[in-house]
Amino acid sequence: MRAATPKNGRRVGDKVFLGLLTVTGLSVVAIALLMAWTLGRDAAEPISRFGFFGFLTGTRWDPVSGQFGAWPFVLGTLITSVAALALSFLPALGLAILSAEYAPRWLATIIDYIVDLLAAIPSVVLGIWGILVLAPFLRDRVYQPVFEWVLERAPDQAAWLGNPTGYGLITATLVLALMIVPYTTALARDAIRLVPVEQREAAWGLGATRWEVLRLAVLPYARGGITAGAVLSFGRALGETMAVAMLIGNSARLPLTLFGPAATMPSVIVNEFREAVESLHLAALMGIGLYLFLISLVVNLLAAWLQRRLAPGNVGL
Amino acid sequence: MTGQRISGGPVRGSGANLRRRYLRDRVMLGLVVLASLAVLVPLLIVVWYVVSQGLSALDWDFFTQDLGSPTRAVTGRPTGLAQAIAGTLVVDLTALLVAVPVGIGAGMMLAEYKEHRLNPLLRVLNDTMNGMPAILKGLLIFTLVVRPSGTFSGFAGSLALAIVMLPIIARATEGALTLVPWSIREAGLALGLPRWRVILAAVLPVARPGLVTGVLIAFARAAGEAAPLLLTSLGSNFLPRDPWNPLEYLTKAADTLPQRLYSLAVSPYEQWHAMGWAAGIVLLLLVVVVFLVGRLLTRRDH
Amino acid sequence: MFKNAIKLVLAAAAAVAGSAFSQAEADITGAGASFPAPLIATWADVYRDVTEGAVVVNYQSIGSGGGIRQFIDQTVHFGATEAFLNQEQLDQARAGTGGEAYNLPITLADVVITYNVPGLETGVVFDGEVLAGIFLGDVVRWNDERLAALNPGVQLPDMLINVVHRADGSGTTNIFTSYLSSVSSDWAERVGAGTAVEWPTGVGASGNEGVAGLIGNTPGTIGYNSLVYATLNDIAYGYVVNAAGNVIQPSLASTSAAGDVELPQDTRTLIVNSQHPEGYPISGFTWALLYENADANKAFTSRAQAEETVRFLAWVMTEGQEFSEVLDFARLPQAAVDLNLARLAQVKWQGENIGQAIVDGFTTR
Repeated sequence: MRAATPKNGRRVGDKVFLGLLTVTGLSVVAIALLMAWTLGRDAAEPISRFGFFGFLTGTRWDPVSGQFGAWPFVLGTLITSVAALALSFLPALGLAILSAEYAPRWLATIIDYIVDLLAAIPSVVLGIWGILVLAPFLRDRVYQPVFEWVLERAPDQAAWLGNPTGYGLITATLVLALMIVPYTTALARDAIRLVPVEQREAAWGLGATRWEVLRLAVLPYARGGITAGAVLSFGRALGETMAVAMLIGNSARLPLTLFGPAATMPSVIVNEFREAVESLHLAALMGIGLYLFLISLVVNLLAAWLQRRLAPGNVGL
Repeated sequence: MTGQRISGGPVRGSGANLRRRYLRDRVMLGLVVLASLAVLVPLLIVVWYVVSQGLSALDWDFFTQDLGSPTRAVTGRPTGLAQAIAGTLVVDLTALLVAVPVGIGAGMMLAEYKEHRLNPLLRVLNDTMNGMPAILKGLLIFTLVVRPSGTFSGFAGSLALAIVMLPIIARATEGALTLVPWSIREAGLALGLPRWRVILAAVLPVARPGLVTGVLIAFARAAGEAAPLLLTSLGSNFLPRDPWNPLEYLTKAADTLPQRLYSLAVSPYEQWHAMGWAAGIVLLLLVVVVFLVGRLLTRRDH
Repeated sequence: MFKNAIKLVLAAAAAVAGSAFSQAEADITGAGASFPAPLIATWADVYRDVTEGAVVVNYQSIGSGGGIRQFIDQTVHFGATEAFLNQEQLDQARAGTGGEAYNLPITLADVVITYNVPGLETGVVFDGEVLAGIFLGDVVRWNDERLAALNPGVQLPDMLINVVHRADGSGTTNIFTSYLSSVSSDWAERVGAGTAVEWPTGVGASGNEGVAGLIGNTPGTIGYNSLVYATLNDIAYGYVVNAAGNVIQPSLASTSAAGDVELPQDTRTLIVNSQHPEGYPISGFTWALLYENADANKAFTSRAQAEETVRFLAWVMTEGQEFSEVLDFARLPQAAVDLNLARLAQVKWQGENIGQAIVDGFTTR
């Protein structure tokens, strides 16, 4: 082994390395800020016309008369993303545990590949499959029967059920949940596999069952990776466009019904962007993009704060 | 009283309490399996659907002919998606070349230099970008690259995809690096190695599987994105004049599988529908191959 | 139907081979409306053969709005749109290039009323009032007396009408809502016309295929699609009573007839609710957009490229129309063709006229 390098050499190497890394970090920051800036600049007109909160909470979206308000889409986004994360988290974690802990090597490999495949399915494919297979299925087997049942027993409740066409919040959320599973699973599984043997041995030494070893020793240690996966999943859910746009029914009215059509911020952008000719319409869509950026920012700040609170720090066992 | 070994050491406990814990153990296993099936079954249904719909369109022509007009497909003349396959390879690989160094660099920054002033801002903005719909990323590149240059180009598409990949790679890299035990760093530093040597030579190899996973899922995500390519690489129904020259795809409008898949699937023509699904199959195969290669690379040093 | 296209290609190639065309190599990019995309793609394919690989036209459908914006941003050589440039956009284009921005009709769009009602075939008759009533949510049952009055002898079932409309912005919506606005003051007041509107009722589906898919799968639904989608997907569609009081069956002939009326010089006009007695009332032109001062368009990098673009468009207006009907698109009425050629003849490169010679090559044939 070489003797210690001369102090100057070490410092230069470290400085250059840190410099390079800083450049990459700054690039990411710059891209994000550029995006916020272009969105803000393009959205200037509707925000100044309706006010920052006025545009956010406005409930009318009428391109013809020039009335724009983002609230229906904000609600749609929040409902679908949170529901999708809630729905997908445990199954995703379950898959990770299955692959990393319980399954024999050959099965784990197969499961890993299938999960990776899930990440690879283009969202347009899931959207089209949803239109051709899932939506009709759900309409015929779930929504329609429930709707008719309610219609018979309690007709006045039917209003908040909405028209069961198969396109709406539930269908979109289900597909969304399916799409975001791989991110949580992939990172959680890697994290669980990397938990040091000593942690497990300590728990076994105390006489724990397999599940208890997981719960007490492995999962807490892997918490960082699991949370990272959940954050990536939620990010995907927030920004998912194509599959949701094809399955959510696309109504610019408030999503107050269970089966009825709704819309999310990305879905309205992708749907109307191609044809938006009026500059105010286009600017309003950019405004929605800006608000999505801000919502994503706030959610991630919250998640960061939560992570700090839950951080394992020194996992003392 | 010791119970039955599942793994590791003997399970200690007594009587009813022990039975309850075993029950819970079995139940949890059952739940885990159930949850996994809930995910795997729909996935397999989707994959089967894509394959069954698109298999008929996968022939030699599919890989060697360009698309042209719907008339070709409907009248049975040679048609295929050669331009989309080639375009996807060029655009996606270029995107990787741009995103991987920057993403891993940013991840390293977050994990290894925790105390750096830039980090809180970097982390939050990185995650925020991950939540942005890809169409807005495409729009950003449109404003920054396409409009000033006066032309759509595959390279603009690569940049848009790189922005899609970046946050995932950075996040996954950070996650993988933080899982490496501190003892390894300590050992390196104790040997007198400079910090950067410790990171590259000691920490990175241990974290490599996690890094590769991050790159792979980022690639999979970007490979399936159609929206950001709409306003950057635009698309094309024809092969470029020199189909073997990658620059032709990067400097002019280029076709890519996910965006072509979408326009084929929403056209009124049956034959184009089948080709759309076939494009889906090729896309999935592409990603599977990339994953296989990636996993092979990491298995070797485990 | 498509087999005829092959014969036409060979004939066109033979005709061109025999004419005095000087052929430079050019890659032309266009973008815009989805409706004419199959037709333009065919034109591009045929034209590539006709010019023996020299001229490759790449047209991608990104929507009419997209087409207009790319045209104004000067990232394409020509745009295509189902909505002509409005005054603001015209002024913008003029300011950017110092010359005109031409709206050149290249084909016609036809919007048909599609529906899925057990027992009802193609041919249910609608008129403007009833359609407006349905899409406003005032007419709610299939056996409503207003619909029955138009369809004596047809057994209309007692079912709820489920309205399906477009969720995404679209030129098809623009034509349909423009029609509804012109036949119903109620609609014009409450909703209006545009590529995306605030629909009073119904479910939104993405794209023509989304509407067609939803209607095909759900009994009782009514919506609107382009004729191509209806015929290729075997969906029933209705006949409509036009301004002259005649029941018109949607067809290529009736669509062309709708456009065969007095046109303004710049062809920027809506032909919905056309005055032509045989005209199908829910039709519209689809325009190509081109700058008069080609060199001012950043997308053009050489004079040859500009010339080939003009030549391609001239070919589209004249010989290209032979391919329209084979693909279920209506032919341009002669009045529109003449106006187009007159415009193309004025295209300039750095002040010098390049259009006249090219157009002459087509009119002397």
